[in-house]
Amino acid sequence: MFKRITVRYNSYYDSVTLMSLTQEIQKLPGIREALVGMATDLNKESLKGMGFYTPEVEKAAATDLLIALGAESEEALYEAEELIEEKLSPRVRSRAAGQAEIYNSLEEAVLEGAGIAAISVPGVYAAREARKALEHGLHVFLFSDNVSLEEEVMVKKLAQEKGLLVMGPDCGTAVIGGLGLGFANKVRAGHIGIVAAAGTGLQQVLTVIDRLGEGVTHAIGTGGRDLRQEVGGITTSLALEMLEQDENTKVKVVISKPPAPEVREKVVRALEEGTKPAVVCFMGEMGGEDRGKVKFAGSLEEAAVLACSIVSGKEGSLYYQEKDIEELARELTGGRPVRGYLRGLYCGGTLCDETLTFLAHKGIPVYSNVAWEPELLLKSPEESRAHSCLDLGDDYFTRGRPHPMLEPGLRVPRYLKEAQDEEVAILLFDVVLGFGCHPDPAGVTAEAVREAARIARQAGRQLIQIAVLVGTEGDPQGLREQEKVLREAGATVLYSNYAAAQLVARLIQGSLSG
Amino acid sequence: MAYLANWPPALKVINLGSEVFARSMRQQGATVYQVRWEPPARGKVELIKILDRLIGREDIEEANRQALERYHAAQPVLIGIGWAREVIPGLKEHMLLHAGPPITWDRMSGPLRGAIIGAILFEGWAKTPQEAERLASREIEYSPCHEHASVGPMAGVVSPSMPVFIVENKTHGNRAYCPLNEGLGKVLRYGAYSPEVLERLKWMGDVLAPVLGKAIELAGGVDLKSLIAQALYMGDEVHNRNKAATSLFIRAIAPYILETGYPLSDLRRVLEFMNGNDHFFLNLSMPAAKAMLEAAHGIPKSTIVTVMSRNGTEFGIKVSGLGDRWFTGPAQRVKGLYFPGFTEEEANPDIGDSAITETAGLGGFAMAAAIPIVQFVGGTPEDALEFSRRMYSITAGENRFFTLPVLGFRGTATGIDIRKVVETGILPQINTGIAHKEPGIGQVGAGLVNPPWECFEKALLAFAEQYT
Repeated sequence: MFKRITVRYNSYYDSVTLMSLTQEIQKLPGIREALVGMATDLNKESLKGMGFYTPEVEKAAATDLLIALGAESEEALYEAEELIEEKLSPRVRSRAAGQAEIYNSLEEAVLEGAGIAAISVPGVYAAREARKALEHGLHVFLFSDNVSLEEEVMVKKLAQEKGLLVMGPDCGTAVIGGLGLGFANKVRAGHIGIVAAAGTGLQQVLTVIDRLGEGVTHAIGTGGRDLRQEVGGITTSLALEMLEQDENTKVKVVISKPPAPEVREKVVRALEEGTKPAVVCFMGEMGGEDRGKVKFAGSLEEAAVLACSIVSGKEGSLYYQEKDIEELARELTGGRPVRGYLRGLYCGGTLCDETLTFLAHKGIPVYSNVAWEPELLLKSPEESRAHSCLDLGDDYFTRGRPHPMLEPGLRVPRYLKEAQDEEVAILLFDVVLGFGCHPDPAGVTAEAVREAARIARQAGRQLIQIAVLVGTEGDPQGLREQEKVLREAGATVLYSNYAAAQLVARLIQGSLSG
Repeated sequence: MAYLANWPPALKVINLGSEVFARSMRQQGATVYQVRWEPPARGKVELIKILDRLIGREDIEEANRQALERYHAAQPVLIGIGWAREVIPGLKEHMLLHAGPPITWDRMSGPLRGAIIGAILFEGWAKTPQEAERLASREIEYSPCHEHASVGPMAGVVSPSMPVFIVENKTHGNRAYCPLNEGLGKVLRYGAYSPEVLERLKWMGDVLAPVLGKAIELAGGVDLKSLIAQALYMGDEVHNRNKAATSLFIRAIAPYILETGYPLSDLRRVLEFMNGNDHFFLNLSMPAAKAMLEAAHGIPKSTIVTVMSRNGTEFGIKVSGLGDRWFTGPAQRVKGLYFPGFTEEEANPDIGDSAITETAGLGGFAMAAAIPIVQFVGGTPEDALEFSRRMYSITAGENRFFTLPVLGFRGTATGIDIRKVVETGILPQINTGIAHKEPGIGQVGAGLVNPPWECFEKALLAFAEQYT
């Protein structure tokens, strides 16, 4: 094999760019192995594993670029290097094309009168940038993960002092005055104000609201730990106060994992004491009794439906009624019982949570890499067992690789592996649309759906493939086109994850009873 | 009750990190300012901690304001020409000054060695190059120009019998010295020491210096600061392009040259010599920059760089608040354009005191004034603007006198702050000539170079230790 390692000193590129590039290089003919990445400890470690470790690599710093290639021929090496060269100089090209200018520092950009800083730099540096942005009077959308809890508390306290919002860390989605930040669906302006922990849960609520013909004022992300005791819901409280005072907001919605009891009480009390009706969806709680102005939704879909019916004054109903689900189940099984396990492969963590919660509630134990119950935690995320649902956006899967929201195609090998498992009868996956997401998530998955169907047919097995499509008509990927691609490949497409979970339960329990 | 400031925010977003998000926000019609981001301090956690302690400290800011104020108040005026041994403070017999931080003979690169040999021959301390080399390795005392209020381009070798320009900062009274520019081709500053080089040096002492010195005297001095400001409007950045400044200087001095009373043939040669050398003014922009920066040196707690210089082996900086200490790292390779017949393999690492121009907000920091220079590295005019624009991220201020029309008459980035260099990882941009690595060959090209990161890192650590 022809191997070459190059260290390019002091030339930094963000990890999304480099990881996508590495993927692309690995696919080139004649390339056996490739790593294009900054000289982080993690990447250096990987190079050691690949047998590329040299004194230059050892010396390299986090701002030095490593290009490691293993190829079948010198030409293949050369071609890969050419491609890398071309891909890594888009700045020059974009300047030549007269596109937007690139600023050298936050300080320089601040002079232009910005209102928000969107930060997606590596987690260890993110809090520092957030702090600088706050000091310049900017609200912060903090997409970065791996920010320590101490740092989160530090920046949020600073934000509180300054009357600014820190959305995040690890905040996937927000919609501020109609502008989607991070992964965000195109939704119309309306009267629903949302405060949500993370990403796909919020996207699910946004897309259902949009389908029901209503719209939002602001959808504010808080990060998954905001309602932890240590953070005390700083962003949530500020955001709710803002929605309280916002004239256009007629109903407030809160979506989160179950918070610390004291913080939960604080949030619910704040909603009760507010002047506006509110809907709360604490994932894992499956709803609850109303408390004054506060309604508790049992699912993301229900949260959206309740909020819409409050705004419209009309009785709302779930998108898919129980009879719809039943009919769908009958259609899919053709009356035959389903014998086999569920395997769910999610890009969206909150969607995965919702499915796990609902199935547990139905008495169906599901293993997962993010299970709350220790006995349901998968020993290795690489090996599914019995009923399993995976959150592919979890750290284990994203280390050194792009998030599946950006590269949903990364799950294809795993999808096919599950399809080959004779014990599997149901495959479940999400396809998430919106700004910032992959340009064609259905397209990169459809081939796998078709292949899975072929595998099952050959083995004479029944295999039901269910896609949860999270998107709106206005999303850049084209909702209808994406749905069509999935349906033609042989998947059953649902717009609600909750409905998909119900369908799965029906299929599994139908099989148990039949 | 809690309330939110600036809410709802302007839908103008600063994006730090993935450009995927910048694109998608633009797609939605938002204004997005993409920031070129990289890990601060090259990702070194210890340095980041130090930076967090030192950034925003009012006493440091105040010290830097003071240093910049002194720099801005300085008025460098060319007042005459003198003999090095008579005017340069601390220059002893059998001592040679050189560019860059201190260095011993055994570590000197080819061009510096060549220039040393040439200077020894010029002084008559030895008869042959071999003899000169023996002497050089044992009996000569070496000292950096910068430690004697002096600067010299490339090898920067100054020997006692050389004539030097005397530049006085009229505001603060300090002086700076620089030898006279020898022209292009085979010259001492590029390490050449052939007979023609030595003959030219002799003529410069015998004719050029007396004539020019007298003319300067008759002119009552030449104000270099306003001359440089004008040259920037005429396409120079006064480091790698000095055409306009040289012309302006000749225009200012020519009438007085005619009045010196020397034979017409000498006057003619003097004018031809200056006129035939586009870089004649470099040896004036350098001491002008030195005189201004010297005034800004020695302000306690100031993080501003007052010297950047290279000896062909090492790159060294000095910092206003850190006294006489040098902070060094290896001299870098120059990326550039080579004269026909030469390649990068033959190039010496970065050398010369001329980076004093960049230290003073000129040279690479004023590249937007001298766009054709970008051709040295095959760049576009946009690149030239960008080189200068980037420098604002690492300086404490903007120049009040040297301005860039193409950037809306913005003052050049001035006052390199070691904190900002370490934090942003953006290194000062230097325009420079390239010397052949072997002594005696001369210039082989010109291009762009940066200081090594280490010297700023070392300076920051020293600063943190001294001023905690």
